[in-house]
Amino acid sequence: MNWITNYVRPTINSLFSRREVPENLWKKCSECGTMLFHRELAENLNVCTSCGHHMAITPRARFQALFDNGVFKEVAVPEPIADPLNFRDQKKYTERLKAAQRSTAEKEAMLVAEGEIGKTPIVAAAQDFTFMGGSMGMYVGNAIIAAAQRAVELKRPLVLFSAAGGARMQEGILSLMQMPRTTVAVEMLKEAGLPYIVVLTHPTTGGVTASYAMLGDIQIAEPNALICFAGPRVIEQTIREKLPEGFQRAEYLLDHGMLDRVTPRTEMRDELIQILRMLLGMEPALKGDLPAPGTPDNAKDGETAPSGA
Amino acid sequence: MTNYLEFEKPLAEIEGKAEELRAMARANEEMDVEKEAAALDKKAADLLKSLYADLTPWRKCQVARHPDRPHCKDYIDALFTEYTPLAGDRNFADDHAVMGGIARLDGKPVMVIGHEKGNDTKSRIERNFGMARPEGYRKAIRLMELADKFGLPIVTLVDTPGAYPGKGAEERGQSEAIARSTEKCLQVRVPLVSVIIGEGGSGGAVAFATANRVAMLEHSIYSVISPEGCASILWKDAEKMREAAEALRLTAQNLRELGVCDRIIEEPLGGAHRDKDTAIKSVGKAISGMLADLSKKTGDDLRSDRRQKYLGLGSKGLAA
Ligand SMILES: [Zn+2]
Repeated sequence: MNWITNYVRPTINSLFSRREVPENLWKKCSECGTMLFHRELAENLNVCTSCGHHMAITPRARFQALFDNGVFKEVAVPEPIADPLNFRDQKKYTERLKAAQRSTAEKEAMLVAEGEIGKTPIVAAAQDFTFMGGSMGMYVGNAIIAAAQRAVELKRPLVLFSAAGGARMQEGILSLMQMPRTTVAVEMLKEAGLPYIVVLTHPTTGGVTASYAMLGDIQIAEPNALICFAGPRVIEQTIREKLPEGFQRAEYLLDHGMLDRVTPRTEMRDELIQILRMLLGMEPALKGDLPAPGTPDNAKDGETAPSGA
Repeated sequence: MTNYLEFEKPLAEIEGKAEELRAMARANEEMDVEKEAAALDKKAADLLKSLYADLTPWRKCQVARHPDRPHCKDYIDALFTEYTPLAGDRNFADDHAVMGGIARLDGKPVMVIGHEKGNDTKSRIERNFGMARPEGYRKAIRLMELADKFGLPIVTLVDTPGAYPGKGAEERGQSEAIARSTEKCLQVRVPLVSVIIGEGGSGGAVAFATANRVAMLEHSIYSVISPEGCASILWKDAEKMREAAEALRLTAQNLRELGVCDRIIEEPLGGAHRDKDTAIKSVGKAISGMLADLSKKTGDDLRSDRRQKYLGLGSKGLAA
């Protein structure tokens, strides 16, 4: 801990209420309340430098930090038909979609890219929880299929970062059908003998967990990520008892044999490189020889507007 | 005793009156009520016809969940011979929400697997209301593997509110079990046909219904979430289930249009529960027909057809 952590920050905390802090400059850790300088937080991949709490990170920021020199090429995702059910609740689905596109500056809830990590060629897909809760609709299904097809085409492993509240209800049954559709994608990788690694991030729930997010050759989770089929509230209502501390969190699942590893985000890249190179029969990566990871200069999360810094 | 649904109340009154008249006539031989009772019968029949001519999605949900609706066990008992139940997931337990085993259909051996809801308090509790735990899905996986090994076609009967949301179920990997069951459906090289006989509740249904052919009974439903659940999330009011049922497009007719359902099986007037034998026979005919359609295909074709079918879903939406 440096003097900023010990002295300056608590002082700042006491001086400013959350309201007065310019959002693009400081962010309050939702776990420990520490005020974190935006740039420093972004450099630490949105992991609180004080308590280690993992905040949401956008696919784009994650990829910038993941791929060598932050260089990656997006993989095109076939566009599904818009609003297949003409769905309307209190709002029209098309309006909800547009609002999500405006607030995230992304087209949909999943980003697919190809590039190298530690000189290891991969295809990666990351789900965006800030886009309608990362929910799985036709687009997300198409993205996973496109990612698997591209991986097979290039004979590369697929690394998938999951984050979702579950299904995209506004696409009804077609959302549910992404469970078998994405499972077909996983089968393609399996038959091609290519590694499929799932990194489960907070939260991964519902139909997403019950399909592609649980079918990895290796299952890694970020610390304290909620990973479940039924959410804790639904379970408490059903069984009418309080759930144990840490229930359905990454460490709990690790204890119950549902995961291979729980790894902090800041160590994830090195770990993925190490695992992938062994599975692919490649020489170990030379630490000194590695291109530096890219710096996510626009890392952002759901509570903060893009700063454009 | 007939169990009437809320929207069938006017029907209950008329049928009740007819029944009352006939009971009075039985007690007093001098009374001649037959003409009057027959008129009531006619009135009831007309009303039944008009009620069921155009059921709203929410009413279909109620019919699909009707307590007297024939359940998995009824179909297995009536349609299959030599049914030999096979139990357990070889790991933790035998889940009674899922029944399955080898049996003969039209004399030919098949593997039959389905959710069973139970039909009275005792059996409902024993069957956990058709809500499977991981063991249920793992039993199904095991039975599908067995069928695949010995070349038996697989028939699944789907009728579940959803997978069980419980503490133990989560700890033992509900998500993984469902994912693996869906994966197994996509891997087998034998014909796999599925009938949604009541409720196709979310992932718990997909785990069995990822099939070469999916048929649905006319008033059954298949949905990503229950209308009540959807209403409480999107409308912030569980009482808006009628609107949610409408918006979710969960009826067999909508799903046929979307390509998720391949075939609709007509139900007797007033729903499958009003004439179980006829409903069960219709389902039997549909299963035999679907299996016959697939009988000439090779294992590789069956598997790749199944995958292509799911990859291609969603290419068309509903007409506005
Ligand atoms: Zn913190």
